[in-house]
Amino acid sequence: MDPPRQCPSPSSSRPISPRTPSCETLGYVGIEAVLDQMKIKAMKMGFEFNIMVVGQSGLGKSTMVNTLFKSKIWKSTPSGLALGPIPQTLQLHSVTHVIEEKGVKLKLTVTDTPGFGDQINNDKCLRPLDIEFLQRLCRTVNVVPVIARADSLTMEEREDFRRRIQHNLRTHSIDVYPQECFDEDINDKILNCKIRERIPFAVVGADREHVVNGRCVLGRKTKWGIVEVENMKHCEFPLLRDLLIRSHLQDLKDITHNVHYENYRVGRLNESHMLPRGPGWVTLDPAPANSPALPGPSKVCRWAQDTPSEEY
Amino acid sequence: MATKSCMSSQVSVDEQKKRENIRSLTMSGHVGFESLPDQLVNRSIQQGFCFNILCVGETGIGKSTLIDTLFNTNFEDHESSHFCPHVRLKAQTYELQESNVRLKLTIVNTVGFGDQINKEESYQPIVDYIDAQFEAYLQEELKIKRSLFNYHDSRVHACLYFISPTGHSLKTLDLLAMKSLDSKVNIIPVIAKADAISKTELQKFKIKLMSELVSNGVQIYQFPTDDETVAKINASMNGHLPFAVVGSMDEVKVGNKLVKARQYPWGIVQVENENHCDFVKLREMLICTNMEDLREQTHTRHYELYRRCKLEEMGFSDVGPENKPLSLQETYEAKRHQIYGERQRKEEEMKQMFVQRVKEKEAILKEAERELQAKFEHLKRVHQEERMKLEEKRRLLEEEIISFSKKKATSEIYQNQTFMGSNLKKDKDRKKEPGYRCDLLCFDVRAFETKGGRNDAEEGRECPSTMGRNE
Repeated sequence: MDPPRQCPSPSSSRPISPRTPSCETLGYVGIEAVLDQMKIKAMKMGFEFNIMVVGQSGLGKSTMVNTLFKSKIWKSTPSGLALGPIPQTLQLHSVTHVIEEKGVKLKLTVTDTPGFGDQINNDKCLRPLDIEFLQRLCRTVNVVPVIARADSLTMEEREDFRRRIQHNLRTHSIDVYPQECFDEDINDKILNCKIRERIPFAVVGADREHVVNGRCVLGRKTKWGIVEVENMKHCEFPLLRDLLIRSHLQDLKDITHNVHYENYRVGRLNESHMLPRGPGWVTLDPAPANSPALPGPSKVCRWAQDTPSEEY
Repeated sequence: MATKSCMSSQVSVDEQKKRENIRSLTMSGHVGFESLPDQLVNRSIQQGFCFNILCVGETGIGKSTLIDTLFNTNFEDHESSHFCPHVRLKAQTYELQESNVRLKLTIVNTVGFGDQINKEESYQPIVDYIDAQFEAYLQEELKIKRSLFNYHDSRVHACLYFISPTGHSLKTLDLLAMKSLDSKVNIIPVIAKADAISKTELQKFKIKLMSELVSNGVQIYQFPTDDETVAKINASMNGHLPFAVVGSMDEVKVGNKLVKARQYPWGIVQVENENHCDFVKLREMLICTNMEDLREQTHTRHYELYRRCKLEEMGFSDVGPENKPLSLQETYEAKRHQIYGERQRKEEEMKQMFVQRVKEKEAILKEAERELQAKFEHLKRVHQEERMKLEEKRRLLEEEIISFSKKKATSEIYQNQTFMGSNLKKDKDRKKEPGYRCDLLCFDVRAFETKGGRNDAEEGRECPSTMGRNE
């Protein structure tokens, strides 16, 4: 059987390079319709998204999640309420909901980490505990750092804090989302650089509506005014929402599936000395005890892109 | 028709939700994840699509032409020969692009199908090819460091089976081939060169074909009817199976348009005219409506079946003894221990065998050594005996020599006494025959004077003991 070959198309009018023998179809074939087919299938199956929030209690995590998804995912814990002694061990608490918008179903799972953040006090900068935590976390999951309760900082203080955090992250090579190594092409890079400039986003969460200038907006009412959540001048919540939901949700899932999970899988298989090599699987010698788990995320190579525009 | 596992109907989704205790929430505003399908589509556009078609049919039935017509491209030019000794599969990959969708299309052709006199082995290469693609995917899946998202999926998504337009019924080869392929690939039978059959004959032919397929238990691909958007059209198309197609890349002027058609003296068969043939239906179904479903069926049904069988063959099972669920890891570990144990055992066995053999060999060698030793002893003894005998003989001989010397001495004295008369003559004879001197001593002194004396002398040589008696 001959190995798959690329074909020179006699009907294409563009010069053929041996690397990219794409055949331009003349007239209608209908390959485009596959996109609609995919959409239909996706709508039918629904989407899934799992998100975990980490941080001090009282920072407004629950409120933030509720604001993001515009529903009462959690009953937000009223601040100031004594919740008893801080639990020494971390207990994760997950909740799953299905939300629907214009026919698109999303199964959302939110995991909270009560008790963790209370050990953290990163008002001024990231301490070694935080650094260590972030470093390890970044290797297993996409991390999006967020400055919570941003309404207690002025604009200058915000920028200051942001720069400091960015510097901290860079110094300790903490690779937060969007990771630079996964930028595919120049467009991605441009887009992601803009995002990276603004990380961590300074956000405010609110789930109550107020009337401002005749409009109904989500916001926090304070003595000195109403902080509008969705107003870019007041806080960067829209940026976070857009990143997480409107533009990069699929990308987050892809990286988790193709990179983080694969890394985990490799590590796990290696440690159990399982080396499947197909039907004639015979290898018995255990992998050397000091074979390291992958040091960092491996590069995601998506479909080899031969964009024709680059050629001609 | 087997149920499609991942297209869950609304009922089961609700049930599942109840089971998992998931609340359905209503949102109070616009969040924006309605863009999710678009995000998915964008990613797919980036990745590109992959579609693999296998064409099975006799040489010259029009496979390449139909593919050309379907994708509106001239893929390959040369015709195949009719004289192939075996069925070969030839796969070629092309990159097509329509607006912003890139498609990596692989066409696999069967070369030499149905050309041999003995058609027994005709469809085996096809089954082998399909299995090989599944195997390659399984291998990639089982690797430790794998890159599935990067993997060029070569599994066959659709098999176009070309049926000859005889108008009668399916050939045995067709039946057998389809029967062996229906559990491995989505089969879409088509009637090739449909312009050779009249309309009424075609209807009867289609009915006959479908009933034959059904009665023989061949499961061909049915277009899915569970999604409302496409259910109606798919259902109606299912009723038109198998599609009677005509392929042509030649353009003929009809009216004031150039259309793809085949020109005969009696008329023009237009490929894209639904009254003339089912080509448009095939293109609709294969590409526009169900390409994604074909790919999905291949992955979730045919590949899963192959994978299950293969893993079971390898000895893995989801359920252990006493029906307790087994994890793959447990099975791996168990297998590993088992194989390790076996290896140990085999090593032991071989060691034992080796030791055994060494012992045996040693014994044999020892035996041989002993034998040799015995022989040597024996020979030595024999040699000793011989030697002793020879010693004995020598002793006797020496004794004789001694006694003879004595006798000689005696006879010399005797001779000297009778020396007078015969001295001269003795000297003369002595000069004539010097070598005879020894024997002469044994003679009777009178022997050399007479003729008969020589005879006596010879006699005398043999019996030396008569010496002295002749006096």
